[in-house]
Amino acid sequence: MTSDVNVADVERWASALGGAALAAYGIKQLKDRSPAGAAFAAAGTALIMRGATGHCPMYDAVGINTADERDDTREHLAGARGVNVEEVVTINRPASDLYRCWRDFEMLPRFMEYVDSVRQLDHRRSHWIVKGPAGRRVEWTAEIINEIADELIGWRTLDGADVVSAGSVRFVPAPGARGTQVRVRLQYDPPGGKIGSAIAWIFGAEPSQTIREGLRRFKQLMEAGEMPTTSGQPRGGAR
Amino acid sequence: MKALVWHGTNDVRVERVPDPEILNGRDAIVKITSTAICGSDLHLLDGVIPTMKEGDILGHEFMGEVVEVGRHNTALKVGDRVVVPFTIACGHCFFCQKQLWSLCDNSNPNAWMVEKRYGFSCAGLFGYSHMMGGYAGGQAEYARVPFADVGPIKIPDGISDEQVLFLSDIFPTGYMAAENCAITPADTIAVWGCGPVGQFAIKSAYLLGAERVIAIDGVPARLRMAAEQGGADVINFEHEDVFDRLKEMTGGMGPDACIDAVGLEAHGATLDAYYDQIKAATFRATDRPNALRQAIHCCRKGGIVSIPGVYGGFLDKIPFGAAFGKGLTFKMGQTHMMRYMKPLLDLVQAGAIDPSFVITHRVPLDRAAEAYKTFRDDKDHCIKVVLKPQGGATVH
Repeated sequence: MTSDVNVADVERWASALGGAALAAYGIKQLKDRSPAGAAFAAAGTALIMRGATGHCPMYDAVGINTADERDDTREHLAGARGVNVEEVVTINRPASDLYRCWRDFEMLPRFMEYVDSVRQLDHRRSHWIVKGPAGRRVEWTAEIINEIADELIGWRTLDGADVVSAGSVRFVPAPGARGTQVRVRLQYDPPGGKIGSAIAWIFGAEPSQTIREGLRRFKQLMEAGEMPTTSGQPRGGAR
Repeated sequence: MKALVWHGTNDVRVERVPDPEILNGRDAIVKITSTAICGSDLHLLDGVIPTMKEGDILGHEFMGEVVEVGRHNTALKVGDRVVVPFTIACGHCFFCQKQLWSLCDNSNPNAWMVEKRYGFSCAGLFGYSHMMGGYAGGQAEYARVPFADVGPIKIPDGISDEQVLFLSDIFPTGYMAAENCAITPADTIAVWGCGPVGQFAIKSAYLLGAERVIAIDGVPARLRMAAEQGGADVINFEHEDVFDRLKEMTGGMGPDACIDAVGLEAHGATLDAYYDQIKAATFRATDRPNALRQAIHCCRKGGIVSIPGVYGGFLDKIPFGAAFGKGLTFKMGQTHMMRYMKPLLDLVQAGAIDPSFVITHRVPLDRAAEAYKTFRDDKDHCIKVVLKPQGGATVH
């Protein structure tokens, strides 16, 4: 985001009004020859500026941004309703390789164990089928709403989805020669009824764990060329 | 095939299990000609390592002949004679590329289990609990080796199994323990525990230029081996005060570096050792670190404590004040095997060391269960057991 607005709207109004009151009080104190009056007036003026410009130098210094709430996921799943998951992993490969592999959606089930299949409908739209309990299937069609080659893929579900969700994956070069930080954001609105229990079954009590395992497998595939397994190895009998 | 299977605490059995198969492109299947029981396997027998399951195949020190390779494995071919390292590494992640092989990011299928306990996961290991990957081990006739294009080292003909088998774990482990001591001429190194890793730590400390090695144990046969084979001065903690002896032997300074080759199931003759036994027996502590405590206490100011002994959980009453006050450095962790296998094979080939000196027992695989108990209970005579899955072992 290139704008230097880093204060949310409600907070800006509060700053402006509070600042005005503080400045007025300070000016009155100054008139009464109180030395603290100047400080109150200065602080009040700063708050008015913060409210008017939406920029807080203090927030800037510590890296806080309360205005940046309008990214792709939250735009489409307003408020605190959905389940929010954010996971990150560093993969020892260039961003372009990782982007290219991820963008091939039909290959995603290789490392996202819970996804049964993905079918690419056209360049932007894809149809997803996820395995639920007892052979139940959960389906949706997703469209890409934001895409920057080698950097970002953002998507959301279209009308008629079993689960309303939105998400993004960002590929950010890691410091030095450490490869790429892959950041996944996913938000979904858990539905009620049978589909809801299927979703709960897939993601369990900790949806972030499911996403983390998917990212781990993606990393294994991209770094090691295969995912380690013990499934199918011999073991002794339990008696 | 036949394999040694864990059924529970104090219950291991040799039984028939299915043969292993290639599961991934970089795998290989090895027909095992020699395999050993490690001191750390006794922690499994004693049931102190979490996440074991009935049916698990044990063993992480093995070698043999490649009989099958996966389609993406271009490093090995059928017929190659190899020693397999106990740690499994992908070769491509940040950690492998930094030569921190035992910290590989990609070789543990159950990484999440370790993350819950340790924050981040370490590499997968053969036959050493599900938390460490759940891989079937090598106390068997055959084993599947994942990422077999990275770990196994080829062994030329004309050198016996027994001379190279311990490149799979204990020789590199003892060597890294000594290397971690940053030895300079005139250094005195004290080694707690004269089991096989301790024996190799002693030899390695001398190979790396130590002036003197002092070995500490309570078992006469082990101390004898440390003195006769390793050339160490010895302290029997059953009869002597370790701190007083070390101080006296080092002219009042203390050892420059202390190696704890004992780990989480230490036995000791001091008050804190009994305290640990009671706490662990009543499930109020997981590890019994009295060798580590003593190593910290005895180490000279500004010295190094090197820890090849295995720890798994939470340690009680560690004298951290002493460690801080004396400005100690700690070095530890599973061995970064692939750093050491080739250089140490070269040392063996050059005749600088013959690792077979630690072997006291040679047993057919069929008698492995019995050998575990011999190793644990008959400590006076048993230091290292080698199993012969393809027959040919003479019973000791």
